[in-house]
Order: sequence, then C-alpha cells, then structure tokens
Amino acid sequence: MWLDVLSIDGLEPDDVAGFSHGGRDYALYRTADGQFFASDGHCTHQQTLLCDGLVMDGFIECPKHNGRFDLRTGRAIRAPAIRDLATYDVKVEGGRVYVNLSDSSSTDAASP
Amino acid sequence: MANRDRLKWYELSGPATDFAVESGLADAEWFRSDVPRSRLRELVRRSDYPAIRDTAIWIGVALVAAAAGVYLWPTWWSAPCFVVYGVLYGSASDSRWHEAGHGTAFRTRWIDETVYQIACFCTMRNPTTWRWKHSRHHSDTLIVGRDPEIDVMRPARLVKIILNFFGIVDGPVQLGLMVVHASGHLTKGEQEVVPESERVHAYRVDRIWLVIYASTVASAVLLHSWLPVILVGGPRFYGGFMERIYSLTQHAGMGENVLDHRLNSRTVLMNPVNRFIYWNMGYHIEHHMFPMVPYYRLPELHEEIKGDLPTPYKSILAAYREIVPAIVRQLRDPTYYIKRELPPGAKPFQGQTEGLFPSIQMA
Repeated sequence: MWLDVLSIDGLEPDDVAGFSHGGRDYALYRTADGQFFASDGHCTHQQTLLCDGLVMDGFIECPKHNGRFDLRTGRAIRAPAIRDLATYDVKVEGGRVYVNLSDSSSTDAASP
Repeated sequence: MANRDRLKWYELSGPATDFAVESGLADAEWFRSDVPRSRLRELVRRSDYPAIRDTAIWIGVALVAAAAGVYLWPTWWSAPCFVVYGVLYGSASDSRWHEAGHGTAFRTRWIDETVYQIACFCTMRNPTTWRWKHSRHHSDTLIVGRDPEIDVMRPARLVKIILNFFGIVDGPVQLGLMVVHASGHLTKGEQEVVPESERVHAYRVDRIWLVIYASTVASAVLLHSWLPVILVGGPRFYGGFMERIYSLTQHAGMGENVLDHRLNSRTVLMNPVNRFIYWNMGYHIEHHMFPMVPYYRLPELHEEIKGDLPTPYKSILAAYREIVPAIVRQLRDPTYYIKRELPPGAKPFQGQTEGLFPSIQMA
C-alpha cells in the first residue's frame, strides 16, 4: 500500500519529517543528494521519535542518546542503537513522495 | 529512615528502581524548550574543524609539558610541567570522553571514535560500560535507583568525594574493574545497563589496558624510576582534581526524581581556560536538554533558550558557594535540595518540582 506522504518540496535536504498512519509513527528522510528514505518512527533503543533527530551523511541520529541508523538499510551503526530499524520503499511521482507501508525493511531509495 | 537505608536507594536494582519504573520516572519524557526547527538544525550541525583544533592543542600541549617534565626530572622544576600534563591527561580527557561518547564532537566518525578510545584510556573508563552508563544517565538523570552516575547522593559520601579529587577511591575501583572485565565478567550494576551482545567489547579493551598498565609498572621497576607511572596511568590520579571540580557542578545538591533538567542540573559560566579543558560542559542544562548539539555550539544554544532557564552561575566559585552548604545540610537532612527559580516568562517547570520518592522503608 503506497501512502502519499508529502510534496518533495515539503522536506529540505538533510532533514526528516514524521508522519503517522494506522496508529503507528514513521519517519521520512531526505538526504543531501536528494534521495528519500523511510523507516519506523521510533529509535529501537528507547522509542524516542526520530523525526526530531539529525540527518547527516546518510544516517539518522536519535535526538536523545545519539544512536545512529543507516538510512539505506536501517542498520544500527552506533550504540546505544544496536537493533536495526525497519525501513520502507519510497517512490517519487508527480512531485509527491509515496511510502510503501506494506513492505518493510527494503533498501531502495527514491530520487525526484 | 536511617541515612544508610536511603543510600541503598541508589543501587540500580531494588525497590527504588521498581518505584521509579512504576511511577513513570524511568525513560520518561523530559522538558525541552521550544527552539525553532530551522535554528535547531543549524545548532546540531557537526564540523570536524573545532574539535580537531582543540584536540591538537590538547595533545600538543600535553606532549610538550610531558617532554619538559621528563627533561627536568628529578628536579622540582618538573612538578609544574607534570601538573599541566596531569590536568590535560586526567581532567581534560573527561570532557573528550563525554563529547566523543555522544558522537557530537567530530563529524568524521573514525576521528570521534579514536578520540573516544584515547579519552577512555586516560580516564580509566571502559569504553563500553561507560557508554551505556552514560546513556542511562541521559534517560534517567538523577532518578534514584536508575541513574548510575549520581556522584553526590543524599546524604553525600563526603569522605569518598574528597578522596576522589585525587582518584583515591574510584581509581583503584576502576583498576579492579579492569581485572573483572578482563576475566569476562561485569558487575551486577553494569549488567543492568550493558546489553549482552555488547559485553565482549568491554572484556577485550580491558585485557589490552591491563597489558599496557602491567608494562608501565614493569618499566618503572626495571628503570628504577617513577617516570613511567607519572606519564601513564598516574595522571588519572594526580591530575584528575579539575575533572572533579567541574563535574560536581553538574548536579550536586539538586532535585532528584524530577523530569525537568532545569531542576537537577546547572549552567555554570566559566573562563576560557576552563571552558577549553571542560569543552563547554558548564552548559549542562543545555546539554541535557539537547544532547545532539556539539560542545562548540552550546553557548549559542544557551542564548537561544536562556529565557526558559534559571539564572546561570557566574563562575565555578559561585556554584560551589551553593553546593558546599547544600551537601553539608544534606548530611543531616537528606530531604533537602536546592530549589531553582525561573525568570519571568519562562515555561513553568514540568511535573512535580519536589520529586517523587518511595514512601516505604527499605532495609
């Protein structure tokens, strides 16, 4: 199920936006080179919302304990994050960013 | 309740821990000032330059001081050189451990991790156990039974605090922990905070460190000289007093079991030398509220949120004028703590300001 999340202009490079669907929180990222990624919305360490975190050099850093995840794979790359993050397919069509919430942990990125 | 019974509350597993979890004090939501998102994005940006510059000065001056000390040894002229070396090794390494541990000091990860490992060695803090302990400290700052980094308990263990200005209690404990870790074990408290999968890293590092320290002592014996231990390991003891002076300003005497860092942390303005040694950790409320902000942007963050914060302490001395009487009073009355006031227009304190404690007696 592809969910229309936002316009590509709705997220600046190296930034993250949170969104909710079906009672769950998700995070959508845009990297400096313009690629979009999506993941579960909470850090796997202590469930802090990642939409307040830092996007830089292809990772998301949790705002509370500085654990990090690779945006492409969801892999936990810095303690105290040690459990990987579920990621989701993203596609860009007609200037809109869509996230496939029915299939997690894929590694595809989408560019506008 | 007897004082010794209250001290048991600080253990990381027990009734006080259970109380904190059941009361919603553990892993809770803490107060954060509103900072415009665009401004916060600026403040959390990382750069290698400031920390590389400061690290070059830190290591460069330490090496020069050590070389001068060795050259002048065994005259008394070597003493001031080793004081400088000792403070940079035994005290400045604490803030490098802290900042690199958060991963905020450097943009380049391998540099950050390298400095972290060096600073851990200097402070004799196991890189793995202390990383996890510090994460818990950020989750549960001054939450009794949860925070493993509470230096000044209520009542304070005053003799230990005084002796630790030269590492006399904690230093040997850390050396003992190296042996424990090297043998493939963690203490009960460490097991509470370090996940199983991470423990092997703790064991490996302490095995390496024990070899280094054993080599240092062997060198001293073979050379019939104190110089090896003055240069390696010793500074953690004779040079650690500034770290203690700085660190006690963070939380000593303040409110426990509250969920607002403005109630349990201090912002202490320091002179440029102390700010360099301590890497701006005097901005401690700011750091706890926004741990993603690197040390070199904390003064800007302070300007951004100071309308929400209690008046900062104008100096380390000003902080100690409050800390010392508070600790002395807490020896008689452990319920006493320092109450802060907010400036007009500040966001009110979050939750209960008097702290929430177990009412049960604990034997």
